[in-house]
Order: sequence, then structure tokens, then C-alpha cells
Amino acid sequence: MSNEINPHGQPEIVTRHDIHHDEHHVHHHKETFITKYIFSQDHKTIGKQFLITGIAWAIIGGLFSVLFRLQLGFPGQTFPILETFFGRYARGGQIQPEFYYALITMHGTVLVFFVLTAGLSGTFANLLIPLQCGARDMASPFLNMLSYWFFFLASVVMVSSLFVSTGPASGGWTMYPPLSALGAANDGSKLGTDLWLVAMALFVVSSLLGGLNYISTILNMRTKGMSMTRLPLTIWALFFTAILGVLSFPVLLSGFILLLFDRNLGTSFYLSDIFISQTGQALPNEGGSAILYQHLFWFLGHPEVYIIILPSMGMVSEVLAVNSRKPIFGYMAMVGSLFAITILAFLVWAHHMFVTGLNPFLGSIFVLLTLLIAVPSAIKVFNWLTTLWRGNIRFTPATLFSIGFVSLFISGGLTGVFLGNSTIDIHLHDTKFIVAHFHIVMGVASFFGMFAGVYHWFPKMFGRYLNNTLGFIHFWVTMIGAYMIFWPMHYEGLAGVPRRYLDLSGWHNFNKFVELNKMITVVSIIVFAVQLLFIFNFFYSIFKGRKVRHQNPWGANTLEWTTPIRPGHGNWTGEIPEVHRWAYDYGKDGREFIPQTEPIGKGEGHH
Amino acid sequence: MQTFFVILILAFGFLITFQIAKASEYVSVLRGEEKARKQTNRINAFLLLAFLIVGLIGVYYCNERLKGKILGEAASLQGEKIDTMLYITLAITGIVFFITQILLFWFSFKYQESDNRKAYYYPHNNKLEIIWTVIPAIALTALVGFGIYYWFKITGDAPKDAMEVEVTGSQFKWEFRYPGRDGVFGKKYYKNIKPENNNPLGQLWDDPYNHDDVITTELHLVVNKPVRLIIGSKDVVHDVGLTQFRMKMDAVPGTPTTMWFTPKFTTKQMAEKSGDPDFVYELSCDQMCGKGHFSMRGVVIVETQEEFDRWVISQKPQYAIAHQEQAPQKTTQPADTTNKATAVVAEIKK
Repeated sequence: MSNEINPHGQPEIVTRHDIHHDEHHVHHHKETFITKYIFSQDHKTIGKQFLITGIAWAIIGGLFSVLFRLQLGFPGQTFPILETFFGRYARGGQIQPEFYYALITMHGTVLVFFVLTAGLSGTFANLLIPLQCGARDMASPFLNMLSYWFFFLASVVMVSSLFVSTGPASGGWTMYPPLSALGAANDGSKLGTDLWLVAMALFVVSSLLGGLNYISTILNMRTKGMSMTRLPLTIWALFFTAILGVLSFPVLLSGFILLLFDRNLGTSFYLSDIFISQTGQALPNEGGSAILYQHLFWFLGHPEVYIIILPSMGMVSEVLAVNSRKPIFGYMAMVGSLFAITILAFLVWAHHMFVTGLNPFLGSIFVLLTLLIAVPSAIKVFNWLTTLWRGNIRFTPATLFSIGFVSLFISGGLTGVFLGNSTIDIHLHDTKFIVAHFHIVMGVASFFGMFAGVYHWFPKMFGRYLNNTLGFIHFWVTMIGAYMIFWPMHYEGLAGVPRRYLDLSGWHNFNKFVELNKMITVVSIIVFAVQLLFIFNFFYSIFKGRKVRHQNPWGANTLEWTTPIRPGHGNWTGEIPEVHRWAYDYGKDGREFIPQTEPIGKGEGHH
Repeated sequence: MQTFFVILILAFGFLITFQIAKASEYVSVLRGEEKARKQTNRINAFLLLAFLIVGLIGVYYCNERLKGKILGEAASLQGEKIDTMLYITLAITGIVFFITQILLFWFSFKYQESDNRKAYYYPHNNKLEIIWTVIPAIALTALVGFGIYYWFKITGDAPKDAMEVEVTGSQFKWEFRYPGRDGVFGKKYYKNIKPENNNPLGQLWDDPYNHDDVITTELHLVVNKPVRLIIGSKDVVHDVGLTQFRMKMDAVPGTPTTMWFTPKFTTKQMAEKSGDPDFVYELSCDQMCGKGHFSMRGVVIVETQEEFDRWVISQKPQYAIAHQEQAPQKTTQPADTTNKATAVVAEIKK
């Protein structure tokens, strides 16, 4: 079963793999509830586990944002119900500052890592890589199962940190020391931060186990005829995502471990010259550098935003091609731009640190490399536009979310050109402008890609459809809401309003957006409610949705639609199909679509 | 009770939406799924176009409503450069924004599914792809070029005649130290910090340069005179944010940072310009620093040289304050201490 020791070429590996699994299929061992649904090694089930855990986290993370938006939109107003639920954290029905900072910290951590990394990559890499490459399962189903359970463990630790008496971590999702290192300076930096760091360390383990599996599956377990250049763009995107994670998460882990040492073992990696006024005490630590942590953090932190957006880009490319009934325009350019983004992702981290006292010359290098990313991003946008051009577009909810993704990616990407330029960043750094920027381009856009994926592959996951009408309501409210929330927020940032301010009433120059903040809060509550509607639709449709009766409901070319409507463990009942062409022969030679499994006809044009 | 009703109404709304959605599914099955699908396809295509139009109007409306509240004229020479860069970027990205968004939604509307059209098989076109690689590359080269040019102007060395002020952040306040008449800051060491002994910055009192250093809670600057801030922090990372001057720099414990700029308008002039008689320059902490982060505010006063000189003379050196408290009988006249300190400095200089 081990592919590494096989000295022969790739097709043979696949064949041997097939035979093994076909035997396996004949003597199908009995599956209990526990092996089928809990400690499952089936990549499809693991994908669903990631998705459902991700949804649970998204509700928590989203709810936190609603809570702190209440404070931002209605500072000074009391909400007695908050005191009922949160006690002293919302004394008198008002969100206390410590609580506010805990909320934004957990909102960021949860959505960036637990939802948009694990929930997104975890779901779709697991579901799609074997199905679209033509493999029975992952390279190592056992490690894959461990990947989920480490994630689960990380989730348990993170949730438990919400209930400690000094509160959860509250130093911002970036967890910059010394604030995060000194319990005396910040309540959240007591036990809450230790739990946060342990949870994140477990999360990194999960992410590495998953990533290594994804990479080895894509490289070694493609079916016969599935050359790398015939892979759908989803797989390319997930491949680069996994590489980014595997190369950058260990650096983050090292940063966290050093922080744990500084907190608990008295080391001075990040600490120097500190006098804490609350205790009137000067710390013995000298010679550390708080900036060192920022380098270690952003060495992952920046690739992380691509870890979040690349899977969405891949799925959007696939969904747009399928539903405009046209090949994706410029397949090789799409792969090339993904590759360029992956390389550049490692070389731009210090653009988060232009105003930390970084050497200005170094800063200028990072400006150049940062703005270079706009070129592959522009190529992708133009290629998506050309894919729509002269298509015959079917607006499924997945298509709409994909179009929404492109729109948001343009809007958020362009504001990145402001922030990547160090000169402008001096003014806009750590203001509401950056909040608006990354929420649009990384937060909402990635969510749109994820929604597109869920609507598109739900029939494959559960053999049923999601309700379309609810899907359309979900899309339109979210799309309009996302722009209403984040577009005007740029103006606050241009006016210099700093991020992470829970009350602007003490400021002469910032306290002029009262109406705007109210509006944003109301819209964000509506948008959150509509997400609940989607989640309801999701769970309802798993059990009661309209049944899928056609093996290939979208008329798509890729391999997952050649499996049975409800595939078992092993995916294909017979042999794994052989692949003869790329994934994008839509509208070719007068035929609506030609599946990858169909041999090239005589005299058929070459793409 | 009110909350309860809100939740009830929400739940009711959910229920109704869900029932409608389910009904519409049944109806579409009854009417023929294909027909129903085509109809929703047309509706969504129309909505996409409507979204584009309403969205563009919204962008215009939002700008009309909010443009008066942002930026204003930059109050420093460096800020002017940053604003210029901002407008150059806004122009270029603005053009791209409108073109791409309009194409996106227009294509979506125009090429909606129709029985009369077949999708056009168009997998790639190298010439087109080269064009839209090269054009962004050129535009970005221009932006990088301008950006780095201004960046080096702003972050380069401060002029020799710049005044120097030391800024120290701590949870959750700002302290400013002026070097006094000798123009030199005395040494300090964080383990000497003793706010209860009037030594909030840990100055070494046996360093004579310290004897005339003044510590204040307001930052006073001289109009049209470059100022170099030496920035530090006592506890966690803070950030000196000066929105009107468009300047920003982190305050990192253990690693001093600097930034310099030239204020263009006094506070009074700025109040006249902005038509806001209460106008005040504010210093905001822009780096998350704990539960009081949002209230870590400092006031900056820009004034003429004469006003500044008058103000600085009226300030008592910290050395005097500290020693007056400890041994009030010795230093009844703080001015004396200053003179003594200056004398010591003069001796050392000889």
C-alpha cells in the first residue's frame, strides 16, 4: 500500500492501489456507528466532520462579532439580556472593555483559523482531493483521521478557555507580546492565553497532518491519465494551500513555543525593559525583542491569508466554468498565478510591520514584493471575467456566490494596493481601513468561496440538494450586507479611526461616525441572522432536502460526478475511471460538456 | 420582555421564510423544474444588473455623505506627500474598480442562460493574457516607484535643526520628555522607574544631562519646525498615531524607534481652517495595548516659537520635582536647581 517504496512509474502505482482496494471492497468489513461516523477514516466523512465543526465555530465567531458590534453601534446603551448571559463581563448590560477585547480576539482567532483554515481547507481538501484526482482515499487515511481529532482537541481547549475565571485570551488574534506575555498587564493574558497557545499548537499539528496528506495524495495517487495539467483548478489551489501551510505553520509554532517559555519559564525571547505600572514592578528580563515575535507570527500570518483565499479561488474557478458552460479561461495562467501567489506569499510578511521601526530600506523591498502580488491577482480576475464572457450562465446559488467572490476580491484586492504601499500605510496602518480591507478580501470573499463550494458539492456530500430559494435569499442579503458593512468602514479608516476602539466618544476627531456605526451594527445583525437561515437550510436538507436523482446534476466534467450518487468508502464501485482530457471541455465541438473520462475522439480539436 | 418579543418575531420570520422556500420548491416541481429554473435564472440575472446599478449609486451616495468627515488637509509636510500618494493610488485603483465591476455584472447579465445561445469555447488567448499581465505590471511599477520615493523622503534622516522630544507610552497614558536647555536627554534605565518618587521614566539623577529634562503630559510642538520623536514604551507595544499629521510609529519596550515630521499649522490655524473652534490635535494609541487601549489619548499642541518658549520655561524639570518632594528644605527654589544643573553641564562640556 505504501507508494513511496514503489520504484516504478505512476500509472502502475495507481493500478496496484486499485487492485488492493477492489479486494478490500469485496470483503467489506462491517462498519459500526463509531467507525463510520466518529473515528471514520473515509475522507468524505472527515470532510463533513470538518465542515460541521467549522459551522459550529462560525456560529460562535459570528455571534461574538454581533456582540461587539452592539457595543460599537450603541456605546452607552444597556442591554440587560447581556448581563443575564455574561454576568460580570456585561455588568449593567454593557460590554466591559476586557470582555470586548476578549470578543474581538476570539472572533479573529476562531474565524481565521478554526473556520476559514480548518473549516474550509479541511472540508474541501478532504472531500475533493481523492474524488477529483481519482483516488479511493487519502494517502494515509489514519493520519487524516488524526488531523480531524487534533482539530477537535484544539477546539475543546479553545472553548474551555472561554470559561476560565480570568477570561479568554484578549491580546488580539495576533497575540503580540509583551501584552500577551504579561498576566499582570492584561487579565486575558493569564490562564486564557496559555490555553489559547496550547489550542493553537494542537491546531498546527492538525493542519500539518492534513497538509502532508493532501500533498502526498495529489502527487502520488492520481488515477491513470490524470497528469498534473489535467487536474481541476480546485486541486491545484488546494495543493498550493497545503504547501503554504506545511512550510509556514511550523514557524508560527516556534513563535508560540517561545511565547509559552517567556510566559512560564522566565525566558526573555520577547521581553526587555518592562515596568508594569499596575504592580509597580520592573521585570528582570532584558535583551529580548518584541519584534521577533511579529516576524515569526507574520511569516505564517501572511501566507495564512492565502491559505484562506486559495481554496476559494480554486472552487470559484471550477464553479464558474461549470455554470457558464465554458472552459476556464487561461488554465495555465490560472495555475501559474496560483504558483506566483504561493511564492510571493512567503516574501511579503513584513508589510504588516512597516511602522514597527523596521529599517526603511527593508520596508521598500517589501513594498515591491507586496505590490507584485497584484499582478497574478489581476490575471486571475481578468481570466474569471473572460470565463463569464460569452458563456451561457446558469445562476445556481453556487454561481452567484462565485460572482460575489470575484466582486469582493476586486474591491478588497484594490484596497490592498493602498496598504501594501508603505507610504500610505503610515496613515492607514491599524485603522478601520485595514479592518474593512481584510474583511472584504479575506473574510467575506473566502466565505463566499466556501458557500459556493457548499452549494455546489452538497449533492455529492449528502445526496440531496439545498433549498434554492433559501440559497438565493442567503446570497442576496449577504452580498448587499457585506458591502453595506465594510464599504463605508474604509471612510472611518481614512479619517484615522483606529481599530480595536470600543468607544469613540472620548475623541474629538473620531467621534463623528455615530450614525454610520449604528447602521453597520444593524446590518451585521441582519446578515448574521441570514447565516443562521443558511445553517438551518444545511441541516434540514441533509435529512429532508430534495433527493438527487441524477449522477451528474450540474453536467460537470470532473471525476467526482462519475461516482455513485451516495458513494461508499472507496468512492467508485468498480475500477477507478481513467482520465483522457482536462477538466474543462465545456461547449467544445457543439457538445455541452465532455467528461474527463471520455477518450479524445478522432479529429477532435486540441484545446 | 422586549428581547423576548424580538426573538419571537425573528423565529416567526424564519418560519415564514422557510415555509415559502419549501413551497416554492414544490411549486417548481409541479410546474416543471426546467421552466421554474429558467425563470429564477432570469430573475437572478436581472438582480445582478440591478445590484451593479444600485451599488454604484450607493458608492456615490456613501462618498457624498462621508467625504466631509475624512482626511481634511494634512497638517504636516510629510502628510502632504502621503495624501498625494493616496490620491494617485485612488485614481488608478478607482479606474480598475469601475471597469472590472461593471464588466463582471454586465457579463453576468448579458450572458445569462438562453436557449438561443451556445457557450463559446474559448480556452485561452496568449496575446490577451500578456496584455493584462503587462498593464497591471506597469501601473504597479509606477505606484511602487512613487511610493518608495516618498517613503525614503519621509523615513530618511531628520534635519539637523530638528527639535527632539521623547515619547513614552505605558498602559494607558503618554509621557513626553524635553531635553531642556542643554539639548541633550539624560540617561535612563527602566529599573529606576519609580512613579511614587517622581521618577516615572527611570532617569538616572547622577547624570547631569537629566537635571534640566522636563516631563509633560501634553506634546507641544513648534509650527514649521521639524520635530524628531524618540519613541519608547514602558510595558507593552503601543503606537504613536498622529492622524492629522498622517504619522504613525510603534512604541516598543526595549527597542526605541524614531519618526520625524514638520507641523504646518498651529492648533489655532487648524481650528480656523476646519471651522471647528474646539479643534485639537490628538495622539491615539494605534496598537492594541490592553483594556484601556481605546482611551489612550494624548493631546498635541502646535504653536509658534514664542508661545513654545514661554511654555517650556514655565515647566519644572523632573529633577527638581523629584528632589523637592524628597528634600523640600534643600530646593525651595526650583529655578536654582535648573541653573545648577546647567552649570554642571557647562563644566562637563568644557
